[in-house]
Amino acid sequence: MAVLSLRPRPAVRRWLPAVVIAAWLACWPLLNGRDTLPLAGSDLTSLHRWINARWDTIDNSRSGNPFFHYFIGAIRTGLDAAVTFAQALISQPSFGRPVPVLGWLGVVAVATAIAFLYANLRMALLTAASFVAFGVLGLWQQSMDTLSITLVAVTCSLAIGIPLGIWAGVSDRFDRVVTPVLDIMQTMPTFVYLAPLTLFFLIGPASATIATMIYAIPPCIRLTSHGIREVSPATLEASTSLGATEWQSLRKVRLPLAKQAMVVGINQTMMAALSMVTIAALIDSPGLGQTVYQTLQKMDIGTAFNGGLALVIMAIMLDRVTSAASRRVERTRRAGRLRSSAYRRWKRPAALTVAAVLCYLSYTYVWAAVFPTLGDTSSYVPRAAAATSAWVQNHLAGFTGALKNLLTYGMLNPFESLLTGTPWWLALVVAVSVAALLVGFRTAAIVAVGLVLLVVLGLWQDSMVTLASTLVATFLVMVLGLFFGVWMGRSDRVDTLLRPLLDAGQTMPAFVYLVPVLGLFGATRFTAIIAAVAYAAPASIKLVAEGIRAVAPAAVEAATSAGSTVGQLIFKVQLPMARRAVTLATSQGLIYVLAMVVVGGMVGAGALGYDVVAGFSQTALRGKGLAAGVSIVVLGLMLDRVMRAVAHRVELAAHGPADRGADGGH
Amino acid sequence: MTEPTLTEPTLRNAESPPVLDVRGLWKVFGPNPGRAVRSTLSSAELKEQTGCVAAVRDVSFAVRPGEVFVVMGLSGSGKSTLVRCLTRLIEPTAGEVLLDGENIGKADARRLRELRRHRLAMVFQNFGLLPHRCVLDNVGYGLEIRGSAKAERYARAREVLELVGLTGFETYYPDQLSGGMQQRVGLARALAVDPEVLLFDEPFSALDPLIRREMQNEVIRLHHEVGKTMVFITHDLSEALKLGDRILIMRDGELVQLGTPDEVVGAPADDYVKDFVSEVPKAQVLTLRWIMRDPRPDEPLDGPELAPDVVIQDAARSVLQADRPIRVVADGKLLGLVTGTEVIETMTSGDQ
Amino acid sequence: MGYIARKRNRPTLIALALGIGLLLSGCSAAKIGSTSTTATGKKCGTFNLAVNGWVGYEADAAVVAYIAHKDLGCTVVKKNLTEEVSWQGFPTGEIDAILENWGHNDLKKKYIDTQKVAVSLGSDGNKGVIGWYVAPWMAQKYPDITNWQNLNKYTSMFKTSESGGKGQLLDGDPSFVTNDAALVKNLKLNFKVVYAGSETALITAFRQSQAKQTPVIGYFYEPQWFLSEVKLVKVNLPAYTTGCDAVTAKVACDYPPYPLDKIAATKFVNSGSPAATLVKNFSWTNDDQNLVASYIAKDKMTDDQAAAKWVAANPDKVKAWLAGT
Repeated sequence: MAVLSLRPRPAVRRWLPAVVIAAWLACWPLLNGRDTLPLAGSDLTSLHRWINARWDTIDNSRSGNPFFHYFIGAIRTGLDAAVTFAQALISQPSFGRPVPVLGWLGVVAVATAIAFLYANLRMALLTAASFVAFGVLGLWQQSMDTLSITLVAVTCSLAIGIPLGIWAGVSDRFDRVVTPVLDIMQTMPTFVYLAPLTLFFLIGPASATIATMIYAIPPCIRLTSHGIREVSPATLEASTSLGATEWQSLRKVRLPLAKQAMVVGINQTMMAALSMVTIAALIDSPGLGQTVYQTLQKMDIGTAFNGGLALVIMAIMLDRVTSAASRRVERTRRAGRLRSSAYRRWKRPAALTVAAVLCYLSYTYVWAAVFPTLGDTSSYVPRAAAATSAWVQNHLAGFTGALKNLLTYGMLNPFESLLTGTPWWLALVVAVSVAALLVGFRTAAIVAVGLVLLVVLGLWQDSMVTLASTLVATFLVMVLGLFFGVWMGRSDRVDTLLRPLLDAGQTMPAFVYLVPVLGLFGATRFTAIIAAVAYAAPASIKLVAEGIRAVAPAAVEAATSAGSTVGQLIFKVQLPMARRAVTLATSQGLIYVLAMVVVGGMVGAGALGYDVVAGFSQTALRGKGLAAGVSIVVLGLMLDRVMRAVAHRVELAAHGPADRGADGGH
Repeated sequence: MTEPTLTEPTLRNAESPPVLDVRGLWKVFGPNPGRAVRSTLSSAELKEQTGCVAAVRDVSFAVRPGEVFVVMGLSGSGKSTLVRCLTRLIEPTAGEVLLDGENIGKADARRLRELRRHRLAMVFQNFGLLPHRCVLDNVGYGLEIRGSAKAERYARAREVLELVGLTGFETYYPDQLSGGMQQRVGLARALAVDPEVLLFDEPFSALDPLIRREMQNEVIRLHHEVGKTMVFITHDLSEALKLGDRILIMRDGELVQLGTPDEVVGAPADDYVKDFVSEVPKAQVLTLRWIMRDPRPDEPLDGPELAPDVVIQDAARSVLQADRPIRVVADGKLLGLVTGTEVIETMTSGDQ
Repeated sequence: MGYIARKRNRPTLIALALGIGLLLSGCSAAKIGSTSTTATGKKCGTFNLAVNGWVGYEADAAVVAYIAHKDLGCTVVKKNLTEEVSWQGFPTGEIDAILENWGHNDLKKKYIDTQKVAVSLGSDGNKGVIGWYVAPWMAQKYPDITNWQNLNKYTSMFKTSESGGKGQLLDGDPSFVTNDAALVKNLKLNFKVVYAGSETALITAFRQSQAKQTPVIGYFYEPQWFLSEVKLVKVNLPAYTTGCDAVTAKVACDYPPYPLDKIAATKFVNSGSPAATLVKNFSWTNDDQNLVASYIAKDKMTDDQAAAKWVAANPDKVKAWLAGT
């Protein structure tokens, strides 16, 4: 029935894509290895050399160039000062004192008071416990450094993101301009812009802050704009009908109603900033990122886990407190006039007073300023983690080796040699014609442009290697996503059990689990794939689970009453009805996997990821590194567009073209 | 609660100039809408040939001061578009809307806001309340945006809330109120700015029948108390008949009939309207005027006397109890006779 | 309304809280500022020290940082950065010194000669060697493997899942100084460079190679503590001649000998910081470095523990480094 609503396609056309692919496979042995555009590790194309030359020109014009001096220099100085100030407050010795202005007790008190006043008592306890945990783990100063730079980056992100988000919410034209830019900002792996950023801002807190902002602003803009746009047109119309100006409607209707979405935006921005601050350790961002990054070099699992744990605690704390605060936005507003006078009368002053007293103590006395060293206690976590990981490596090495070989030889290698062995023009023809036949000409054109760009960038073969790994990783992500997603979606108990693990998986910086994975699988493409899967799977699992949960209970009830088995229920009712969530999970999974390509380059993935990493650390290769970064973005945008088109197509096939006949009666 | 009825004559203020004068109004949606104006094609043809949909086609009418003017039609007939064109929430494609002789279509943004702030207020089907504001702030919103001071607008808002029976709910939020109460807030918000004309866009169709009746009575009561001119959009015929001094029936964007309730029921302009009103218990709408006939030669002319604008149902008892035909008399002049036969015929015709 | 009540209550509360606070602190001791730091001589301030990703360097940094903090009262900030990125810290003062620089003539030209933001502070006493190494058992079993011309004979032995049908040449961190990709290509070796990612990963691979007799050939270097645990054998590449490595992509000769040197930010040197003098004086042997590195990597000491142990055993060297601070 659903298929009928599509224009009937001739059978020939339906089989054509399969024919094209069959022809490709048939041609492959004949053409294998021809025109594959390989580029050896140390070779450069003229484009890469040209970028190198421009890079040097810019770098050498640094002194004496007014643009650098007044514009870049001013931004740099300002951000550095902000970070230094934040550090002076809570993490670094400052103002001639051997300790920061606020010692640990003061910081705990202020943070707890904030959580208490903006969220609730439970969150206040969580906050206090988290901060104490940083100290107990022996990472007080590093944690405070991370917190300082995160707060500065988040403040700047919000200062820029919220106004832009409001603008995008009000103006369709600006929205159309800003959306693709945000797409690029979010598809671009963070590593890619680290090197160009240091060209302008050199290394240090300023660069780290800007890198973090690039990553953290998009969710803020998107959610603010979304909140503004979500305001019901009926409410706005009512406001207009009473003679409100645009500005009055914005200020009195849209902004208040968008407030909650904006707080969610703040939450997302914070999470994004925190994860980026870790990676920014590569360009001299202080804090926990340094701890974790160093352990990657030393393969010191214990310390890596310790640092990672502190980061996860910080992430969970910030997430929970801002989420609770966003719920509270709603209730406070309601309480408004009725707000219990108890709150005003004693809760707020009491919290502030206690915090002030504790701040004074931590300013004055050593015991409240310097977190006590706990000796053995703080090394307990690293030791336990190291022991666990050693046990795993000793006992599972055989199994993990077999798994690695099975997937590498059985799946990754054949697929990779198919892609890399195909002449570039054949790959272009095959990809474009399949896209044209399956999806449409617009998508085919996007694919063509993307592939040609890859050729121009000079990294065709590396791109194909990366593409192979990316697709294999996405496949694994979806296997996990469907399995656990369906399971979670169907069982509340599994959901409660898995969700915290997934949360931790999403907030844990990739560097942390790279270390044990490296131990198990060595520096191989497979390690990179595992890292990517570990990063991408939680999001996909959650999306699939949400999709399954959203299936109308009535449909499930009806199918059950018709005598469906569990299998039939899943495959005939729940999964088909959740297909939108499944396609979304796939495209999100793909983007997340791509985001890890570069990190994979640090642990044996080679190809584009390696090119970017090498370009970042070897002067001679930076042009190539930049080209590799752009190639990753091109791959990402291309795959994303194809996924969206396919999803759209799937929707169409299921529902028929959306009927948007204008309703004359309003 | 006894139902108040409109007792004033239907042709109230017939001679005074109209508050709202609508002339040749068009609203066309689609590409190059101007092209479709004054087209005589049917809507299907129009859609086919120009890709446009004419939601309002050449509608003209005049609303008199203090009148309750009902626009009625099925969904998709263009009535909601029509009422939005009156205050330019939707920009009309062609035609004029005159408010006290001032062409609203010519007003610039500032003047239009002035008109909306002071002279026209609207009540919406989905209430259009501001969910983040309590009842008092919702009611005061119109005053707030025109810049009145806090104390002043709260005083006025309380006054209006009392008028709609919501005293005591000032600090509630819209989602804490029932649908009926929410619409009272919507009504209060519109009344708060003391407009000349109140526009109602299907205000009660989202409410359940019991509440709807209560709210209709509320409107009638308010109309008595504040005497505002009202333009009332509905798809419910009984509501139209109950509230309207005059009813404009729309179909596919066009005016089909414009008349008093008894004209619409008693003399439907075409089959469409006829079909519409076929279910109406005519006895409750039509007056004796509609069933009186000339006396037959043998009939006695000394029966009880009744006025021609007495509704049949109200007259039924007297007619049926009388042993002689009732004389319908206006200004001492005999207009005709009514007997039980005519009354029973009318009262049963609604059930066919 | 609630206002008046609040006003009345607040001072009481504040007094109460303050009272508790004073009670808490009254009996306790040290106030900040009353305990003086152990700084002696000139005021040092903050000393930003780059730490690159191998244990040998970490040993340098450990000892210098330990002395700078303990004897000079500096606040030492160690920054874990890759080699070339560290140089970018000189113009802004993010980095004050690099203790073990491997060549990087292009960077020297740019930062020292052109931009004049850095200066060389001379040799740190270590002699660097880079090359390709195999485990001792391999050199015994296949004596001719130490000549590069025979490497293609053994390609199949070095195949792995990552080497795509060729032999695998294991490299370290992608940021390390390396010509290996060019060498493989220009010497027409049927090998593929695969990056282990870090020094530790290289060490693990070589250690396993020796223990399990699995074939591994890879990039390695001296000074290196691990060579005292497993005496790896260097493979002979075509001999280095001056200028044979001028164009990176065309290199077909062995790595040059690297006299490792110290680089410091011009501003830092001119500031008169005692730490700058310490860096300038710092110089030790490969054995010294290997010893401290093995404390850290093998004996799992912290940097400070390792440095303290070495400093205690070598007071004369330390004293010489502190001359003039």
